[in-house]
Amino acid sequence: MTIQGLLYIALVFALVLGSAFPMGRYLAAIFEGRVKYFSALENGFYKLAGVDPNRAMRWQDYAVTLLLLSVIHFLLLYAILRLQFYLPYNPQGIAGMSPRLAFNTAASFTTNTNWQAYVPEAQISNGAQMLGLAVHMFISAAAGIAAAAAVMRAFTGSGLKSLGNFYVDLTRISLYLLIPVTIIAGALLVIAGSPQLFPNVPFATAHTLDAGSQTIAMGPVAFQEAIKEFGTNGGGWYNANSAHPFENPNAWTNLLENWLDLVIGFGLPIAFGFMIKDKKQGRALMYAMAIILALGCVGTYAAEAAGNPLHIAAGLSASDGNMEGKEVRFGIPASTTFNVAATGTSTGAVDSFTDSYMPLAGSIPIFLMQLGEVTPGGVGSGFYTIIVFALLSVFVAGLMVGRTPEYLGKKVQAKEIKLAMLGVLILTVFILAGAGFSLMTASGVGSLANGGPHGLSEMLYAWTSATENNGSAMAGLSADTPLLDFGLGSAMLFGRFAFMIPILAIAGSLAAKPKLPASAGTFPTDGPLFIGLLIGVIIILGGLQYLPADTLGPLADHFLLYSGKTF
Amino acid sequence: MTTANAEVISLFDRDIISRATLDAFSKLNPVTLARNPVIFVTEVVALMTSVVGVEDLIHGSGAAFPIVIALWLWLTVLFATFAEAVAEGRGRARAESMKRARSDTMAKLMIDAKDRKKVTLTAAPDLRKGDLVLVETGDIMPSDGEIIEGVASVNESAITGESAPVVREAGGDRSAVTGGTQVVSDWLVVRITADPGSTFLDRMIALVEGAERRKTPNEIALNILLAGLTLIFLLAVVTLIGFGKYSSTNFSIPVLAALLVCLIPTTIGGLLSAIGIAGMDRLIRFNVVATSGRAVEAAGDVDALLLDKTGTITFGNRMASGFFPVPGVTESDLAEASAIASLGDETPEGRSIVTLARDRFQFAQDMPANAEVIPFSANTRMSGLDFDGKSYRKGAVDSVLKTLPQAPDTQFTEAVARIGRAGSTPLAVTANGRLLGVIELKDIVKPGIRERFAALRKMGIRTVMVTGDNRITAAAIAAEAGVDDYIAEATPQDKLDYIRKVQAEGRLVAMCGDGTNDAPALAQADVGVAMQTGTQAAREAGNMVDLDSDPTKLIEVVEIGKQLLITRGALTTFSIANDISKYFAILPAIFVATYPQLEILNIMQLKTPESAILSAVIFNALIIVVLVPLALRGVKFRAIGAAALLRRNLLIYGLGGIIAPFAGIKAIDMALSVFHVFS
Repeated sequence: MTIQGLLYIALVFALVLGSAFPMGRYLAAIFEGRVKYFSALENGFYKLAGVDPNRAMRWQDYAVTLLLLSVIHFLLLYAILRLQFYLPYNPQGIAGMSPRLAFNTAASFTTNTNWQAYVPEAQISNGAQMLGLAVHMFISAAAGIAAAAAVMRAFTGSGLKSLGNFYVDLTRISLYLLIPVTIIAGALLVIAGSPQLFPNVPFATAHTLDAGSQTIAMGPVAFQEAIKEFGTNGGGWYNANSAHPFENPNAWTNLLENWLDLVIGFGLPIAFGFMIKDKKQGRALMYAMAIILALGCVGTYAAEAAGNPLHIAAGLSASDGNMEGKEVRFGIPASTTFNVAATGTSTGAVDSFTDSYMPLAGSIPIFLMQLGEVTPGGVGSGFYTIIVFALLSVFVAGLMVGRTPEYLGKKVQAKEIKLAMLGVLILTVFILAGAGFSLMTASGVGSLANGGPHGLSEMLYAWTSATENNGSAMAGLSADTPLLDFGLGSAMLFGRFAFMIPILAIAGSLAAKPKLPASAGTFPTDGPLFIGLLIGVIIILGGLQYLPADTLGPLADHFLLYSGKTF
Repeated sequence: MTTANAEVISLFDRDIISRATLDAFSKLNPVTLARNPVIFVTEVVALMTSVVGVEDLIHGSGAAFPIVIALWLWLTVLFATFAEAVAEGRGRARAESMKRARSDTMAKLMIDAKDRKKVTLTAAPDLRKGDLVLVETGDIMPSDGEIIEGVASVNESAITGESAPVVREAGGDRSAVTGGTQVVSDWLVVRITADPGSTFLDRMIALVEGAERRKTPNEIALNILLAGLTLIFLLAVVTLIGFGKYSSTNFSIPVLAALLVCLIPTTIGGLLSAIGIAGMDRLIRFNVVATSGRAVEAAGDVDALLLDKTGTITFGNRMASGFFPVPGVTESDLAEASAIASLGDETPEGRSIVTLARDRFQFAQDMPANAEVIPFSANTRMSGLDFDGKSYRKGAVDSVLKTLPQAPDTQFTEAVARIGRAGSTPLAVTANGRLLGVIELKDIVKPGIRERFAALRKMGIRTVMVTGDNRITAAAIAAEAGVDDYIAEATPQDKLDYIRKVQAEGRLVAMCGDGTNDAPALAQADVGVAMQTGTQAAREAGNMVDLDSDPTKLIEVVEIGKQLLITRGALTTFSIANDISKYFAILPAIFVATYPQLEILNIMQLKTPESAILSAVIFNALIIVVLVPLALRGVKFRAIGAAALLRRNLLIYGLGGIIAPFAGIKAIDMALSVFHVFS
């Protein structure tokens, strides 16, 4: 580890947390309908779509609308992927996707996961990328943020019947947040050298140093790259994702993408503080997220900077640590911080390859995902997930102040606990049963690139990433098999909607309850004590169930490596 | 305060323990155990492990390990059922003493309401609501009822433990009688108000026995959390088979069973119902009967206490607090004259004057032999003492002044005015027709009550004083007692309105009351404590009955409610925090055969994989027994504010829960190695 490396991590956090406050204020303004720059456009859109923007939705309406929109978009994307050969902007003449790969990919982009079982350059047309995938990067992100806004509203008053209007939330979030920032960030990427070409360009031909020639797919890369990070999507234009120089030209864009990745996630709890008129509460949630992520960043960096003991023993190691799978132009700290941020959010973008990380360093991204994607998690989903953990924290420890548990004035009772546990259970089922079962099948084992604990890590990583809607992979796993296409596809859908709907139900139930005024006897949820408790509960209730599997995977891998065994 | 029900039952009462030991086995019935998901799962895996042990025994392959693990898993279940049985046993012991009062008395059923002569003897259990019975001297009250006619003194020791008889009469606030009490003198005509099996005594017995115990809302929610955690860890352990198979490891059932039982929250799962029963028991020991566990839980949540001034905040009577002489008279002379004037006055006010004079000025005179006591009369509004030709009087200021020839000086009138402003009562004192000064009779705030209110405020509970006094008096006493608010000149409707107003703000209110006119407010309050001496209507309306009829106890009731919740939270936190160290004990042990390199995770340096697993299982079982006393006694409630309380309890039960098992498991492992058990 070097001071410069640690300073880089500190710089990323300073930039992100510093901008989380204005971002949070702005988000709250959007949620509360106070941002009206394009109100004519907005209202025109409502008229055109036949939506009544004043309709107040109960949680059921909100959830059904969200679900319906997702189903329609899922089917639409499925159709685009299957039929891409016949659709415009397919200069390379790429054939339609197989049904199971199309299912997997449609599920992946509808759920903000962006798990890529396909090879972008070879299996998807420019048109499908732009009209199919990129559109979903906006919609799935906006839907996640909208759900978070709905959950926030539950805490704003007593006896609330409505959680807002999904159409309005979706429109405002897209119009006032995602689209403008994407345009600005996309423009910056273009300036840095990212291509933004008409999608009818087939590819560029490059002459390599050893006199060979290489074709490079081209298209509107820069803008997709911007929303890929800003909406915590992660689906790269290129297979190499953000390690590709066209997606991520230089160290500045690397920092920009890292920032885009985290800023909404950390801004949402701040927005929550504004919405409930108690900024300290929002800050407490944000700090809990930030502390876990910071530990993850430093830990991963330390493990990578320590280098590979086998290389060191053989005298092969460069003094600056494990550079395998990393871009020399980024170096270790910028690479590890990018990847940890992308697994701490549900982005899953990578600028270096987790499969090549030291096992201990690779275990941190996997553990961050297993924690439920709350550090700060996917846009929206990270927020509503940490609310679940806050409710559980208050429920477990809140009794210790001698009152039945309440969070922000709302009593936490059997119904909320039932729904929260249901959500946690669904995630656990898909990750553990999915990975455990896959490893017992020949097909599952056949997908692995490595044996031993490293192979186990690859499979566990895949199911974790899909269920938690992250989308990153330990490269090495061949994911386009019937088992993994269907299995991971289902994991993504359940991990998204079977988790989100119970939480909207919790929000509905909490919204209707009276908001009790705080007193000296109220469990304080805005101080360091609560932050510590929340982190403990996230780790114990969110992560402990995965520890046996993690021990057989990355941890065993790590200790075996140190004893000289590799896979 | 009385102590009949409050008899101290030792935590390790021999009878209770031996009975509980038997009950612990009968509670193993899986049908009843299924209500407790954590312990039920433990029982199932204990059974599976036993089967493996027996199989191994038959096949002659190393059966010792599975059998020992199975044994400790069964012990885990037994310790949990034992904890519940002990808690129930303590309740049952209290119920026994109450049951003695519920003898099968014969009742005198009246055929004609008008004629007390015409009665038929009927067995008490055959009485129905609405029947009229005659109860005469020496009779036991056959059931609960309302007095229609008559006045009698009733011995209620069977219910309250207080042996001094109380007067019960038709009409007013003292018309309720309780089955099991005995009429000591005179007779009563009583209308029965409860069907057999639902009398106050029946309900009380059922409650303390725990037979009628329904899970409270918070308990239900907690059970869901525990069941959810159990399912999650079940998944973690079952899927380990798949991960193991890939890693060419076959985990045996005893090993997986041990891992599972150590991870699921058996500690709180085993102690949860004991905590609930013990909370109820603590109330009973306090001579308060709650009609449901829900009420006890609500007591912990209360934000505002409505307290009657008289008897709760102040002593029931006014007491002398100072002597203010006219010019030319010393304070000591005034005190002496006041005391002499009060020697014959047996009212509490009168006695307080003598006491004050004795305390402050060493007044030591006894009643002179030839003295004539002049009693208080509504006419003169004065009382006093005449002896040896001297006459001493004290009385209402205007009445006394009327007997004097000239107007008092300004110092006297100022003193009187000041006393009035402070909400106290002035009494003028004369000796031989000469005005000496004025005594201040004050509502004395009970010592220590101010501190208790301050403590309540720290816990976020507002205190509200309810009084019939005028606003000036009320404000003065409210300020002195340190209550947050007061309702002066309170009518029952005022109380009800106040409760509704506070509840509309989302707060929970507790109050106590005894009169029929309190009933609506008692019913409206979230916690309504009715006095045992109160009317049937009040007792029906409240959700707790205080057998001692001591309104101060509302504060303790709140503390007991909080204690119950704190205990539950502390043990849940402890139980869940335990998992971390158990992982460090078991995971290296079960994986080390596959990957010897994982031995490095054995940070506790446990001797062998078998002893590591066994130590964790033994710790997991023993911790239940170790915590039984804490579950029964409850975690002490401290009025130090929620933030400080949380910090303290989180440190003890959260951090302690993480650290304690490291020490415990290591100690057990060392003990095992001393005896060479699996090491």
